[in-house]
Amino acid sequence: MSAREEILRRIERVTPTRPAAEVAASYDRIDRAYRRRHHDGNVLDLFAERVADYRATVLRVTPSGVPGTLAERLAARPGSYGVPSDLPPEWVAEAGAPLVRDPSVTALDGLAGAVTGCAAAIAETGTIILDHGTAQGPRALSLVPDYHLIVVRAEQIVPDVPDALARLDPLRPLTFVSGPSATSDIELSRVEGVHGPRTLEVLVVA
Amino acid sequence: MTMPTYIGMPSFPDAARRAVADPRLRANLAHATTTIRGRRADAVAELDDWPALREAGKQIKDHVLENLGHYLRVLEEKVTAAGGTVHWARDAAEANRVVADLVKATGETEVVKVKSMATQEIGLNEFLAGEGITAFETDLAELIVQLGDDRPSHILVPAIHRNRSDIRDIFLRAMDDAPEGLTDSPAALAEAARRHLRAKFLSAKVAVSGVNFAVADTGTLVVLESEGNGRMCLTLPETLISVVGVEKIVPSWRDLEVFLQLLPRSSTAERMNPYTSTWTGVHPGDGPRDFHLVLLDNGRTATLADEVGRQALRCIRCSACLNVCPVYQRAGGHAYGSPYPGPIGAILSPQIRGIGSDVDASLPYASSLCGACFDACPVAIDIPEVLVHLRARAVEKGPRHPLERAAMAAAGWTLRSPTRLALAQRGASASRRVARRGRIRRLPGPLSAWTETRDAPVPPPESFRAWWARTDGGRKETGR
Ligand code: SF4
Repeated sequence: MSAREEILRRIERVTPTRPAAEVAASYDRIDRAYRRRHHDGNVLDLFAERVADYRATVLRVTPSGVPGTLAERLAARPGSYGVPSDLPPEWVAEAGAPLVRDPSVTALDGLAGAVTGCAAAIAETGTIILDHGTAQGPRALSLVPDYHLIVVRAEQIVPDVPDALARLDPLRPLTFVSGPSATSDIELSRVEGVHGPRTLEVLVVA
Repeated sequence: MTMPTYIGMPSFPDAARRAVADPRLRANLAHATTTIRGRRADAVAELDDWPALREAGKQIKDHVLENLGHYLRVLEEKVTAAGGTVHWARDAAEANRVVADLVKATGETEVVKVKSMATQEIGLNEFLAGEGITAFETDLAELIVQLGDDRPSHILVPAIHRNRSDIRDIFLRAMDDAPEGLTDSPAALAEAARRHLRAKFLSAKVAVSGVNFAVADTGTLVVLESEGNGRMCLTLPETLISVVGVEKIVPSWRDLEVFLQLLPRSSTAERMNPYTSTWTGVHPGDGPRDFHLVLLDNGRTATLADEVGRQALRCIRCSACLNVCPVYQRAGGHAYGSPYPGPIGAILSPQIRGIGSDVDASLPYASSLCGACFDACPVAIDIPEVLVHLRARAVEKGPRHPLERAAMAAAGWTLRSPTRLALAQRGASASRRVARRGRIRRLPGPLSAWTETRDAPVPPPESFRAWWARTDGGRKETGR
């Protein structure tokens, strides 16, 4: 007997498989009395505050302020920056730093940082989610360089965790980012910066 | 049931006695667990619907356990449809074989690993070493444990028994590229680990991971982490092999809305952990080209067969029960003799391994039944109830096992709660009924296989008595 058959047979002996409709009916009876959101009020303010709690830098800008602010941030760290080739060109229109479009994985370690957009963001937890689609590049782009700047548009921010999951496509690869890379492994205290980007900067555009 | 008991592992009270006598270990543990307890309480209190989230988490997991065959088939179908390959393993030996063969098929002799309880449980690293394959742990705490030639002592922070100066010493001794003049500041230690592993990540061709959740209806795997080593392992190599206990399933994508709130707050006391990665099969042009999911039984279906004990399979490995446990805080994680320490280890290890060794027979006694673990558990596992149930299944001689008293004394705990006291007494009398000859009674039904070949002796009482005499029944132990 194959391992698969035997494991399923062991389970069958204890909890016999029910018809799919019965399983679905039992699933629907799960008690979900929890909140869909924890805060009313200004989602943008909450998001900015919660991201900053992770010791990430949050800058609030108007759409026309993006190119100037972004150029300033990049100028603060000399070096070239990786960007996805479908990044909105106006975002980096004023950037003086050299930009590498769609860098190869081997080139990533030599970059000063990466600039991307995102797919959604959660105000309650200060989380930014990348689905590595438009303006975000593949997962490695925003992982290997030591600095990550994310542009978040106001309409991408949802109040709480349930809204965000409903917006996402699980068939895409997803990365949830809540602050810079950190560890709690030394005496259970959060220290910023291990393998992922040690500096996270977020431009909130509204 | 193959989960190797650590060789020569003494029973819980022997090991605990040694740990309790080590002031440095006790201080490291007390410092770390006290810190995290306070922060966790704040993170949980921030959500006024925590009890409702907890109830939903419990019900979702119970629903999966009641319909495990259904969900495993759905998961398999979805992962396969998304380009992944699903393997099944009855026990540790089979899982190790599957992983080793997959690695060999790539022609590689090195793998990078991201923290996985399941691979510790099956002893994968040791097995791979025997096959000529080197496994590099990439989690900072795992790295500390691996370089220190040590064993993990906490679910979340395997090196919790090490303080910063211990860690610096280990790095200077065992890390070939440790910077000269390395200080013990956590940032400097983290930087040293970053530099040490960077080249490994960039050149690794094969990664081995565990997962926190496997979403049946989409075939999505989910890993929560902090450092980014998980992202490195899940993204950069060409081949990814994930070893996953069959109980890790959640039915539907939307169920993550519950667990992504429960787990980070309950484990690291954060609103959200720094990084969560999800993937579904293979994603062309992004990440591994080959994905293998190894579904592991290794005693889980036997645990499922026990209607009281089965709730241990709800565990999401947050480690909150360890941090609140007065026995764990004194005894440390090594005393539990398994990758799963603390209260959850005391109910999980004996069930998935069978009560076949001194250490496993003594584990159900490694508690004062104070109930703090149950209160903390984000999926409401009634650990005291399972402990009492397992005591009834384990060796018992007198009206109350001496180990039970040892645990209470080690904790410096008095049973002030009438409910818990009643529970303890109920456990003691149930134990009397079950075990008359100081041997595990033969258990009925599918569990009989456990007891037929296993004749668990009573753990030697001398060690306990010696400890009792030396410490005046635990009263001389300080640090409360
Ligand atoms: S038993 Fe509960 S509290 Fe303990 S690690 Fe598992 S989920 Fe967390």
